[in-house]
Amino acid sequence: MGAIGKPVARVDGPAKVTGTATYAAEFHPENMAYAALVHGTIPRGWIKSIATDAAESVPGVIAVVTHLNAPRLPWKPVDAAPVDPGEGEQLRPLHSDEILFAGQPIALVIAESQETARAAAALVSFTCVPSDGAGLVFDRARARPPSDGTRESYPAEWERGDAEGAFASAPRRIEGSYLQPRLFHNAMEPHATIAAWDDEGKLTLWDKSQWVDNVRDQITRNFGLAEDEVRVISPFVGGAFGSALRCWPHVTMAAMAARIARRPVRLELTRRELYTAVGYRPYTLQDVKLAADEDGRLRSVIQTAYGLTSAYEDYGEEVLDPVGMLYDTMSARTVYRLVELDTNTPTPMRGPGAVTGVFALEMAIDEMADAMDMDPLEFRLKNYAERDLKKDLPFSSKALRSCYETAALRFGWEKRDPRRRAMHDGNMLVGYGMATAVWPAMQAPASVRIRLFANGTAVVRTAASDMGPGTYTSMTQVAADRLDLPVERVTFELGDSSLPMAPVHGGSMTMASVGNAVAAGCKKLRDDIARLDGAEDGEHPVETLMRLRRDSFEVDGAAEPGAEAGTHSSYAFGAVFAEVRVDPDFGTVRVPRLVGAYDGGVIVNPRTARSQAIGGMVQGIGMALMEAGEWDDRLGRVMNANLAEYLVPVHADVEELEAVFVESEDRIFNPLGVKGIAEIALCGVAPAIANAVWHATGLRIRELPLTPDRLLMAEQAARTS
Amino acid sequence: MSGLAYARAASLESATEVIGSHRAAEVIAGGTDLLQRLEEHVLPPPLVVDINGVEGLRAIEVDDHEIRLGALVRLNQVIESAPVRDAFPAIVEALIVTASPQVRNLATVGGNPLQKTRCLYFRDQSTPCNKREPGSGCGALEGRNRINAILGGSEHCIATHPSDFAVAMAALDATVLVVGARGERRLPFTELHRLPGDTPHLEHNLAPDEVIEGYRLTRTPLARHSHYLKVRDRGEFEWAICSAAVALELDHGGRIADARVAVGGVATKPWRLGQVETALQGRQATAEAFAEAAALSVQNAVAHGDNAYKLALLPRTIARALTELRERL
Ligand SMILES: Cc1cc2nc3c(=O)[nH]c(=O)nc-3n(C[C@H](O)[C@H](O)[C@H](O)COP(=O)(O)OP(=O)(O)OC[C@H]3O[C@@H](n4cnc5c(N)ncnc54)[C@H](O)[C@@H]3O)c2cc1C
Ligand code: SF4
Repeated sequence: MGAIGKPVARVDGPAKVTGTATYAAEFHPENMAYAALVHGTIPRGWIKSIATDAAESVPGVIAVVTHLNAPRLPWKPVDAAPVDPGEGEQLRPLHSDEILFAGQPIALVIAESQETARAAAALVSFTCVPSDGAGLVFDRARARPPSDGTRESYPAEWERGDAEGAFASAPRRIEGSYLQPRLFHNAMEPHATIAAWDDEGKLTLWDKSQWVDNVRDQITRNFGLAEDEVRVISPFVGGAFGSALRCWPHVTMAAMAARIARRPVRLELTRRELYTAVGYRPYTLQDVKLAADEDGRLRSVIQTAYGLTSAYEDYGEEVLDPVGMLYDTMSARTVYRLVELDTNTPTPMRGPGAVTGVFALEMAIDEMADAMDMDPLEFRLKNYAERDLKKDLPFSSKALRSCYETAALRFGWEKRDPRRRAMHDGNMLVGYGMATAVWPAMQAPASVRIRLFANGTAVVRTAASDMGPGTYTSMTQVAADRLDLPVERVTFELGDSSLPMAPVHGGSMTMASVGNAVAAGCKKLRDDIARLDGAEDGEHPVETLMRLRRDSFEVDGAAEPGAEAGTHSSYAFGAVFAEVRVDPDFGTVRVPRLVGAYDGGVIVNPRTARSQAIGGMVQGIGMALMEAGEWDDRLGRVMNANLAEYLVPVHADVEELEAVFVESEDRIFNPLGVKGIAEIALCGVAPAIANAVWHATGLRIRELPLTPDRLLMAEQAARTS
Repeated sequence: MSGLAYARAASLESATEVIGSHRAAEVIAGGTDLLQRLEEHVLPPPLVVDINGVEGLRAIEVDDHEIRLGALVRLNQVIESAPVRDAFPAIVEALIVTASPQVRNLATVGGNPLQKTRCLYFRDQSTPCNKREPGSGCGALEGRNRINAILGGSEHCIATHPSDFAVAMAALDATVLVVGARGERRLPFTELHRLPGDTPHLEHNLAPDEVIEGYRLTRTPLARHSHYLKVRDRGEFEWAICSAAVALELDHGGRIADARVAVGGVATKPWRLGQVETALQGRQATAEAFAEAAALSVQNAVAHGDNAYKLALLPRTIARALTELRERL
């Protein structure tokens, strides 16, 4: 019935808006107790003493757990999951007296109510002895290459051709340093875990997770349990953006607390705790050098990134991946370095790596175009890469040219006055800017179980998750499409580790991975039914089941990446155009318009896809104009750790947003032809806005976010120089 | 259970009695700031006295000479009041850009000027802050102080007073009606708040047993010609990085007969700029006069690093506010 490509309304929409969708903190196992955390305040050192009696004597307190009385867990070694840093070891909560960062949990209070637990937690007193550690000041002089154990995907050095030589000899050159601050996911739903042990020692966890199988595997190892002794349930996730990829220490603490209390325990993090208990996008400093011929052909791109990591884990990301493949440049070189601080470990946040790298690269490309007196779009088209020069492979599909054309047309790019500070609206300065977006298309093995009923309904199950993009809906559509059933007759179940294995819900690969497994499972189901004794050619499988008087039929299906990974390079692409209005006196920036065009492969649901795209644009406005963790490098703390002082866009910051998906399908990459549309939507937004601010004001501000203080100080600096 | 006690007061007299006799007890009105502090353990009072049941504090009373606001009048109630909008536009304009409609439905005019600073260190109870914990040091002075004050600071504290409403009230010469155990008294609004000096934890001049009963605003031609302008880091729902409440009275020749200028987001209390007001007097209301007078606003200003941009922003905000007001006259 062709359900793929239809703008189907979210199948879980009614449950969400009527409040019947149950999020992690909202389950109510009988006799549940509540936990609250106590945090250390020094950035590095040891706990010298800890006094819990005042907290213990509060009526309603069940137990206070510290490193002194916490159960010794086996902490069996675990292979780093792809969501974990390649090197180092995650914090073991309440395991020893060592303090690795300010805000580390050092005690846990279990009580009859959440209020009692929090109030008693405030009564736990402690003393600490500071010690030397990695330090708190981000100093590139202390940078080092990522450790050996980290992935190939972020090599310390990579080069094609003689990039430095080409740079030195090129007629046109620019260079600059770009700063992207520490950014937080700040999903609406706080992280929460409810843990319950049954009489046989089996553990159930209701958790906020983008990967229930990973949480199960980690907890299994931490507690020395067998795989079938841990079940993780996570049917709804209220936004995550990567913060729920890993199994964080609080999950272990919830399970520990439930074991001590001998009853179910809920541990829900406060907003402030979310700034230390889970990760964040790392502060990253980048140097970019570009060189071109007189006619505007790029000869050399050299990009160096210094990323922040913690002192106990080597978190790296693919910041520099786009550098070698985004443009047709004669040579390219990347250098990746890490700077350790005494802080908690960063983690992927929407578009990890690429968003950061593209921000610097796309601002630099804009500067180069300006230096060449070329239109920024024309300059990019002049250096358009027809082939992935980094991998030296053809693209499995690339419709970036059509993204540029479509977005430019819709935006009205031809109305742009090439001169800076030349466009006005009353007293306001107007600027147009653009940037390219890119994100690797990925697929991982996934499996599903599908049962078709003779009454014409079907249920599809997998341990995948839906953090908000609409997995429930789009997977329902794939199954309905492939089973020739109306969408309403198909039910999709996810978010339970007892269901067939699914990969992490991240990296924009859920549709390519799980979607293709659903399609493969549907095909297998139809083939198997067609092969039943008595099946007739050409009849719908439901008719076969009815005629053969079978209530239902079930198959397991799976899909995995094919051989194309070795023969082709697969990426999603996009082009983002931004208009800004800058108040020249106050340095305040508004974004009246954003237009994005995306090559994301086949679009299964244009309605949820648009929602993804405009959501990314809103997040991009935040990244460009207001978001930043304010790190105090004396205290080792992010000072604005709450939603009053860490600003994200509100409705008044968002005006016209237009998202277009250009004609695209990638059947080389996978049978469904999909690429992925989640991360790409954030990529490119911030540099497009920053480039527009430059066009409006003539100020090249290479540090995000573009707050009034930065604009005013840049204006002053420009005036005095 | 948690060391937090709650009491309900039937009258302001009983409220003053209870808070006067319990150390660190506080009244609670809309609760929009007090609950944030309770949530984050920032100076949590041991006892809160709920005054929402007190009669007679919810009215906006209007006569020919003045307007009286009861302490429990909600911010949105003021915005909706045509007489206030007509006689004191700067107040309504300040409230329209305050918080969000949801917050304004709860927040009261009594609680608003007594909300605590947004200084990042004050709000994070595990950091040094003289205002929260006298003697512990000031985290902001050499720390992340982008939002902190350039006017009225001391070596002990440079926290800004965050209220918008209070800036307009200071500009328009409002009077605070105070009730305490010893009866009622009146206080010019500009004397409600204190400078931090070496006692930044003492923020206002109310005695422990005193509460705000309401305000009196005298109608004047000056107040009718008033305006509020706010600059902030995002489009809505955010405190000011700089704001100005201005009022102008012009004579027949178009010269400035009288002026009021108060600023917010840059000072440790709602800040009247007497020298700017004086400089405006007698001048033609031109952009040049505005800019020259506004430049005096930073005469005694001190920047501390991240907040240096306010030295440029403040005069421009005042000049723009005056220009916008001039266009309306
Ligand atoms: C998200 C958010 C955004 C905000 N943005 C802004 C903004 O942009 N601009 C702005 O100005 N404000 C802003 N605010 C602050 C808000 O305006 C104040 O919190 C509110 O006005 C305080 O009033 P309340 O009645 O809720 O006070 P409460 O929280 O009840 O009390 C605050 C303080 O005042 C005391 N108090 C209350 N009433 C009296 C009285 N009658 N006499 C003596 N003491 C009293 C209390 O004891 C307490 O110390 C924002 C608040 C929030 C939550
Ligand atoms: S400025 Fe005032 S409120 Fe802020 S840390 Fe210093 S003493 Fe505390």
